[in-house]
Amino acid sequence: MEKMPKWADVVLIPLISLLLAALLSALVILAIGESPVEAVNLMITGALGSTYGWGYTLYYATNFMFTGLAVAVAFHARMFNIGGEGQAMLGGLGVAMVCLYVPWPHWSIALLAACAASMLFGAAWAAIPAYLQAKRGSHIVITTIMFNFIAAAFLNYMLVNVMRPKGSMDPATARFPEAVHLPTLHELLAPIGINFSKAAPANISLLVAIFACFVVWALIWRTRLGYEIRAYGHSETGAVYAGISPVRITIVAMLISGALAGLMATNNVMGEAERLVLNSTEGAGFIGIAVALMGRSHPFGVFLAAILFGFLYQGGAELALWTSIPRELIVVIQALVILFTGALDNMVRMPLEKLFLGLRKGVE
Amino acid sequence: MTVPAIELKGISKAFGPVQANKDISISVAPGTIHGIIGENGAGKSTLMSILYGFYKADKGEIWINGQQTSIPDSQAAIAAGIGMVFQHFKLVENFTVLENIVLGAEDGGLLGPSLAKARKELKELEEEYELFVDPDKRIDEIGVGAQQRVEILKALYRRAEILILDEPTGVLTPAEADQLFRILDRLRAEGKTIILITHKLREIMEATDTVSVMRRGQMTATVKTAETSPQELAELMVGRKVLLQVDKVPAQPGKPILEIEGLRVIDEAGVERVKGIDLTVRAGEIVGIAGVAGNGQSELLEVLGGMRPGLGSIKLNGAPLALSGSGSDGQARRAQHIAHVPEDRQREGLIMDFHAWENVAFGYHRDPAYKRGIFMDNAALRADTERKIEKFDVRPPDGWLAAKNFSGGNQQKIVVAREIERNPDLLLVGQPTRGVDIGAIEFIHKQIVALRDQGKAILLVSVELEEIFSLSDRIAVMFDGHIMGERLPQETDEKELGLLMAGVAGEAA
Amino acid sequence: MEFFVTLIQVFDSTIRLATPLLLACLAGLYSERAGIFDIGLEGKMLMAAFFSAAVAAVTGSVWLGLLAGIASSLALSGLHGLASITFRGNQLISGVAINFLAAGMTVLVAQSWFQQGGRTPSLFGGGRFTPIEFPFAEAISTVPIIGPIYSELLSGHSILVYIAFLMVPLTWWVLYRTRFGLRLRAVGENPAAVDTAGVSVVGLRYAAVAICGVLCGIAGAYLATALQAGFVKEMTAGRGFIALAALIFAKWRPWHAMGACLLFGLLQAVALRFQNIDLGGVVIPVQVMDALPYILTVVILAGFVGKAIPPRAGGEPYVKER
Repeated sequence: MEKMPKWADVVLIPLISLLLAALLSALVILAIGESPVEAVNLMITGALGSTYGWGYTLYYATNFMFTGLAVAVAFHARMFNIGGEGQAMLGGLGVAMVCLYVPWPHWSIALLAACAASMLFGAAWAAIPAYLQAKRGSHIVITTIMFNFIAAAFLNYMLVNVMRPKGSMDPATARFPEAVHLPTLHELLAPIGINFSKAAPANISLLVAIFACFVVWALIWRTRLGYEIRAYGHSETGAVYAGISPVRITIVAMLISGALAGLMATNNVMGEAERLVLNSTEGAGFIGIAVALMGRSHPFGVFLAAILFGFLYQGGAELALWTSIPRELIVVIQALVILFTGALDNMVRMPLEKLFLGLRKGVE
Repeated sequence: MTVPAIELKGISKAFGPVQANKDISISVAPGTIHGIIGENGAGKSTLMSILYGFYKADKGEIWINGQQTSIPDSQAAIAAGIGMVFQHFKLVENFTVLENIVLGAEDGGLLGPSLAKARKELKELEEEYELFVDPDKRIDEIGVGAQQRVEILKALYRRAEILILDEPTGVLTPAEADQLFRILDRLRAEGKTIILITHKLREIMEATDTVSVMRRGQMTATVKTAETSPQELAELMVGRKVLLQVDKVPAQPGKPILEIEGLRVIDEAGVERVKGIDLTVRAGEIVGIAGVAGNGQSELLEVLGGMRPGLGSIKLNGAPLALSGSGSDGQARRAQHIAHVPEDRQREGLIMDFHAWENVAFGYHRDPAYKRGIFMDNAALRADTERKIEKFDVRPPDGWLAAKNFSGGNQQKIVVAREIERNPDLLLVGQPTRGVDIGAIEFIHKQIVALRDQGKAILLVSVELEEIFSLSDRIAVMFDGHIMGERLPQETDEKELGLLMAGVAGEAA
Repeated sequence: MEFFVTLIQVFDSTIRLATPLLLACLAGLYSERAGIFDIGLEGKMLMAAFFSAAVAAVTGSVWLGLLAGIASSLALSGLHGLASITFRGNQLISGVAINFLAAGMTVLVAQSWFQQGGRTPSLFGGGRFTPIEFPFAEAISTVPIIGPIYSELLSGHSILVYIAFLMVPLTWWVLYRTRFGLRLRAVGENPAAVDTAGVSVVGLRYAAVAICGVLCGIAGAYLATALQAGFVKEMTAGRGFIALAALIFAKWRPWHAMGACLLFGLLQAVALRFQNIDLGGVVIPVQVMDALPYILTVVILAGFVGKAIPPRAGGEPYVKER
């Protein structure tokens, strides 16, 4: 017998966890002498009250969809990819090279090339930890953490010593040419009569992200590779019995994960900054962990959780602008979400399971 | 009337919705060996774990030497003079024997004096009970028999008066088992009380003074061993008359399907598990591999099933099989018409969190029949599942149920259905009825025999001699990676096989 | 002679930079030897750095600061214990959460208390740990070789440096010569053996996690009140992860941990002093020095230079098997 119905597992537990995180966050806001109600109001108007707010919310959400999917795919193969940050950084390098060194006639072709390059670079950065996990048993969590730092140092070197335009003091690449600038939501929605904010950075890569959600869903639940990834994630000995190679699945799943994290660069590097700067990822790779946990590793859950975190991010920025609450509040909320949906999952689950068991006994 | 050493009154314990123990009462006289027998999953281990404070009973009382005792944890059990040797040893592998014995029973904060004292006492205990082990060897350097002696010494070092042994002979050769029983006799002579948990009738008859029978979480009887018979105990265990023999016509062996020559298997740790064996399985016959667990049978099956590499030569229908590298994995084996019912259905044969219909494709998920375009054809797969559930009488007949929510017998039926319905040339079967209820055992045995009668080759590995006898047309015995001999079931008996299983060589047949 | 002076200065700086690594590394050693993986060393250090600096700034007493730092680090350890021991959650995820919690909370509280953009006021006087001069340090400083080694390299560090290095033999002794150490190592290898031997797995693991908290607390306090004079945002700068790397490098052994931390400290010291290093035409960019500890750890993890095998039960919550 199942201990509790599936909907409780999929919907109720994340919601309760979120509620707990929200409650604690409210306490934190109270403790620093601000009003939680006012803070929430500010966040909602700031993030959802205008097309400008929505534009930022969706821009952030786009980043988080990519990194959330990246973590989710690895979770399905029972691997914890903390390296999304580094993989996204390398994706940025790929995008920058494609945009700077190739003369593109039109943004659409450039976007395709940028997608390919960012996926390739992201996947390549995941490849070494994946190989070491598969062949040498080196723990993927530790190696991907190390690779985040190595990526940061490598990018630092590339930007300071190689890609910085002559005469510039700024550790960043030159601006991308006009031809590769991606259409923003303003430009995309204008033809259908919606006047979306011109200043907001949300752009066509949002559609790429949503497409990626569908692709990941189909991959995991409808293809043979997805079947093998899930089977391996549930039981390695089972996979060996069924002739599913653990080495192959470990590497393939991590390559997909890295590619998804890398894809993020089409949004933040190509769509928004239009050049590669230091720390362009701004921790989005780590937020992917919270998003994947919250979304229960399901692409639709990841989609929703990414929008929630997009809202928190934009709302948090507004808070920092209008109150004395710094942006780091979002980091705290993020930590609490990871804590409750990930590490303290059982704390929420055990009482619920007892409750449902009791309810069932009462019915019988 | 002496005061019982142990008395349990009305013990009940549930794990979630599963009732593992139901209102169990038992009384054991001091200085005796008391057996507890029952099928796998009957609740024996749970009951003893409660007595050792490993689990807490939901209801019931524990009395030790006439005193009601509360045993909330292992600490309390040890204080009450109870020691336990678990089925899976609880030893720290990279610690020495001495460190393992001292762990938890040190005399003070510093290690030096504790170890010195333990070394001295250990010597006395060893001599008193003939339990010899080298105190300075690490656990991963000594054999299982020695590890078991360490477990017993651990209990004695803690001044245990009551010793519980859970399936102690599962990993032992018959000779090692006999040695263990001599040790138990000696302990009884010194006045210790011993509880022996087993599912083997022979051990109960040989070693115990009294015996309790458990079935489905309940205690069905307690009798004096001298006043009962194996048949009576078997009936009490399963709840009805047992048919130990499977109805089958004599085999009509045809051409050789599987030919193994000089097969060697070296495991991940570099230990040679299979040391050059030759074996042939013909069409239309069941060859049973008998042996104590851990003598290379599992590895043999795994090489044949594509789960690990091997060295030597294996031919299927005259064509050589790849034994390592590409073309040697489970997918390749299935393509060559080898089906495999693995030894451990929960860890290997099924993905416990997958729906039944997903499990029906497990291993065959790349079959074109389950494919539509670039996707899997889940509708076709579910329809196929419906057919198999019906044909193999899987209950409940619900393809959407996760594998973990079926009983052991029905889980095994899903695996057997998946593999037999492939109509393979060669069927590998490992422990087909482990943890399976009697009804399902009969059903599964019949299916295996039916496949044989269609002219297929079957290789059966089982640690249950009874199963080997009732199914096999030919029996090969494995010991220490070798085949000690082949026998026809009608021309041999348990005694002869037992000697072969212990490595006492007969002539290679 | 000038080279010798430079050498002494680099080694002196190595000791200062290795100290927080060593404390955090030993902290991780206790926790991981007991089977609790801890990638939250960074967060605990950061939290302790802030609270030690904040309390020292407010009270003017560095000792009260140290206590506050330890207490805040212990609180996070408690959280990690709750998640990974009591509720048997994923230890890695818990560690990630703790790192973010510290990163966010320190700035949030700093802003609320001091309004200086997420930093504490600068510490001075009794708010900082001061160097301890060894006897006769002044007198023999002019003796060649031995003089500078004694008076500059060994003498003149804060008390926390000496505590950190004394912790190494102490940890070795505790681990291999005491009952607690035996049980700690056992619970990281096979908790079921400890449980059936009548010792509380939960108790041992909480004890280990608490020791980890205390040591991380000292490490954080050292950063903010001895190495530097006050807390700034993200001041741990990945030291928790370097400590983790050192722990793997040392294969979870105390003396080796000291060696690894000194090596990584040296890398930091060299990077600080020389920036880009010119080796006769080949220039090693400073980023290579930054990345070297991580690269070395990956190489070790890959097993190319001796395999690093973590405690067997590490990362797995203990569930009594049925």
